Amino acid sequence: MKNTFIGAPMERREDLRFLRGRGEYVDDLAVEGLLYAVILRSSIAHGRIASLDISAALKCPGVHAVITVKDMPNGVPIIPMRLQPLPEFKPYEQPVLAHDKVRYVGEPVAVVLAESVALGEDALEEIALHIEPLPAVSDHATAAQNRSLLFDATGTNCSLVFHARKGDADATFRDAPYTRRERFSTGRHYGLTMEPRGVMAQWNAEAGRLTVSGAAKVPFFNRRILAKQIGLPETAIDMIENDVGGGYGARGEFYPEDFLIPFAARHSNRPVKWTEDRRENLMCINHAREAECEVEIACTREGTILGLRGHAYVDVGAYMRTNGAVGARNVAQFMSGPYRIPHIDIDVALQLTNKTPVGTYRGPGRFETDFFRERLFDIVAQDLGLDRVAFRRRNLVSKQEMPYQIATITPFESKDEFDSGDYQATLDRCLDEINWSEKSKLAGKLIDGHYHGLALGCFIEGGAAGPKESARIVLERDGLYSVYVGSSAIGQGLETAFAQIAADALEVTIDRIRGVFHGSTSYVDDGYGAYHSRSVVMGGSAILDAAAKLREAIRAQAAQRLNCQASAVEIVEGVKAVGPGGNSVALNELSGESISAEGAFLNKKHTYTYGAHAAHVAVDPKLGHVELLDYVVVADCGRIINPLTVHGQTVGSLVQGLGGAMMEHLVYDQEGQLLTGSLADYLIPTASDFPNIRAVMLEQHPSPINPLGAKGAGEGGIIAAGGVMANAVANALSTLQVQPRELPLTPTRIWELVQAARR
Amino acid sequence: MKVGFEVNGREVEVAVEPRLTLADCLRHQLRLTGTHVGCEHGVCGACTVLVDGKAVRSCLMLAVQAEGSKVVTVEGLSKDEGLTPLQASFRKHHALQCGFCTPGMITTAHALLSEEPDCDADRVREVLSGNLCRCTGYVSIVEAVLDARAAYKGGS
Repeated sequence: MKNTFIGAPMERREDLRFLRGRGEYVDDLAVEGLLYAVILRSSIAHGRIASLDISAALKCPGVHAVITVKDMPNGVPIIPMRLQPLPEFKPYEQPVLAHDKVRYVGEPVAVVLAESVALGEDALEEIALHIEPLPAVSDHATAAQNRSLLFDATGTNCSLVFHARKGDADATFRDAPYTRRERFSTGRHYGLTMEPRGVMAQWNAEAGRLTVSGAAKVPFFNRRILAKQIGLPETAIDMIENDVGGGYGARGEFYPEDFLIPFAARHSNRPVKWTEDRRENLMCINHAREAECEVEIACTREGTILGLRGHAYVDVGAYMRTNGAVGARNVAQFMSGPYRIPHIDIDVALQLTNKTPVGTYRGPGRFETDFFRERLFDIVAQDLGLDRVAFRRRNLVSKQEMPYQIATITPFESKDEFDSGDYQATLDRCLDEINWSEKSKLAGKLIDGHYHGLALGCFIEGGAAGPKESARIVLERDGLYSVYVGSSAIGQGLETAFAQIAADALEVTIDRIRGVFHGSTSYVDDGYGAYHSRSVVMGGSAILDAAAKLREAIRAQAAQRLNCQASAVEIVEGVKAVGPGGNSVALNELSGESISAEGAFLNKKHTYTYGAHAAHVAVDPKLGHVELLDYVVVADCGRIINPLTVHGQTVGSLVQGLGGAMMEHLVYDQEGQLLTGSLADYLIPTASDFPNIRAVMLEQHPSPINPLGAKGAGEGGIIAAGGVMANAVANALSTLQVQPRELPLTPTRIWELVQAARR
Repeated sequence: MKVGFEVNGREVEVAVEPRLTLADCLRHQLRLTGTHVGCEHGVCGACTVLVDGKAVRSCLMLAVQAEGSKVVTVEGLSKDEGLTPLQASFRKHHALQCGFCTPGMITTAHALLSEEPDCDADRVREVLSGNLCRCTGYVSIVEAVLDARAAYKGGS
């Protein structure tokens, strides 16, 4: 294998279409005879459906049909969990349409099919839905009282408690020289994709085939769900991945509409398209992050951590969705972060509330725990009179301890270990980059009416979820190579990174890679998609395997033409095969047909990218505004395929993290009404908010678990942002002894903290 | 009702409902799907097009209001082959990932640079703050726009 393109900052192939308005996103599709679906959603958070009358809507102009549960005589399909599908979660899985009860504002109740979206929305007004309200459960504490139950049958609003265990925490805390307990909470965020979701389904009645466009992230898994729900063989369904306007964990999971639209197409025998509007997007796509914890640390007075224990509560919303347990699971497992903590005992309760259900959002559970832990560390270091950098240094897992075993999670008995790295090195580099030794002299100083603060924090980022990824490479008759993968593109630049890997693996120039074809179920037999920062490690390694097998196949064919052993054939620059005597054959003349080889990569372990963040802020105590003067992320991601894209993803995810730290929050009232129903209410960072940010990407310690040495990357920017910003604000306001314990740190909240400190 | 305007140098006449937005008219009736719709309430800027040279949110404008105007979409700013200097700068600086906000960024930046080819980083950030991007963190977009200024100087 050559190493020509891997590691080069190559401009992206995808950009040529995106920049000229030639991308093709699902709402861009149009076919003859298309009907448009609009969805009636519950406007009440919790209640019983008393009646649903669609007769007036059916008479509206341009209305073709109104689909309700009555059209599903065999029962309303339930959406099964994809990750951690424990039996305990079964009672809480979501039906594709609400029938007896509604459990969150935005839950689908009926689907109108009309000649246009506008006519469909007119008809929505004519549907008479009567819901008898029940007391809404609007936060985890109310949920824990179990007075108003979302699911009467189970008798509880707690779907599960995850336990993280290591060593003997009770004994450790009994004898500990120092302990400290704190309570922290994070806001409710979501993986806001700029492109709202969309589905277009076409039913071919004669062939009995269903084509579903708008698939993303995990098309093969979603096809399995849909096939079972709709009663078709998997092979009768094609899931087509179009260009996808952002993923972040949220886009591409199986949602009610992923059944309803294909069902509507078969029901009406017309192609049907549904495009989410932004208000629907805010109240329907998975939420994330909202968690509260009471966490206690035990350490020596010199700052050696002995143990960590506590309880956390994750507000999982109204149902357990496909990946709705991941955030809570990760809160349990990653509370210890990149630190050596010998004794751990953490419980995480998943509390159901009458809010939009949760799923993963970039850095799930990690953003939350980095805030809890790093905030706690600064409070403890200050309390013990220890330097906060030295405190972290003393406790970071060392290079010699790799692979390092972390806490085991039950149920699901999930063990894990950090694969490789030098956590001290990224911390050192980060301190250098921000000029810590000089800048930290500003800590707490009031300059021109602004308090200056510095902070740092460390993170680990998981990647490379198994079990498998598939690839197929074809040497076309014209001598160019086509690469097909089971990985999915969600905007991360897959076509470019995979072309780089394939070109090096095939030892050809990159222009000989005709294209990288991904996502759709028609390209490979079995695919696993894009989640848990897995594409480069899993899909990239599968490409290496396919390339090696294709080269073998080419040698075997050439050997026949050149009358020699296959092992004696040399492939030169991917364009000709040369025999031992120097006679050669051009690969495009090798056979009348294309030559194809399939490859796969199987993996049970995870990669761990790691690093450190540091920030320098200036806080205006009068306005509560925080100016970010400098922010540095240093991350080591094993081996970099494309420095341009990994750097871009890290900076992008940092700004998402800064949004989560400082502004983003999905606010509900006591009745379970979402108060942040537009982009004017749910604020995300704009170009003018955080100009001074940097990322340094390193590749000092390749992952030992895959042939590329790569680690899943791109989430590292978001993970430590909450903890670091909160610590920077605390540091700035240290003379006032302000200790932020809740995110987001909006100007109002900071102003209130300052006012409270001055009283 | 019928409305006539110019799109990317071509005269068009389309039959529209009075309530149809310009964005939906461009996308679904004229099949110019490069203009994206991200919020339909004027916050995200993905649908930005040029109307008589000004950057305008096409989701906040009705198609009938475009009567007699000159409308330019991202397709109209592009060349058949290759990229414009602004587009090439976006590619060079990796100023896009998923590509959904990109048409709005390109049209907004084009309008800015056409009027103010000497704008500084603060001005670029101020103007682009009306366009949301969730992938890049904006740093590379600002760099790309600043780097493209030279191509707009001298009335080019």
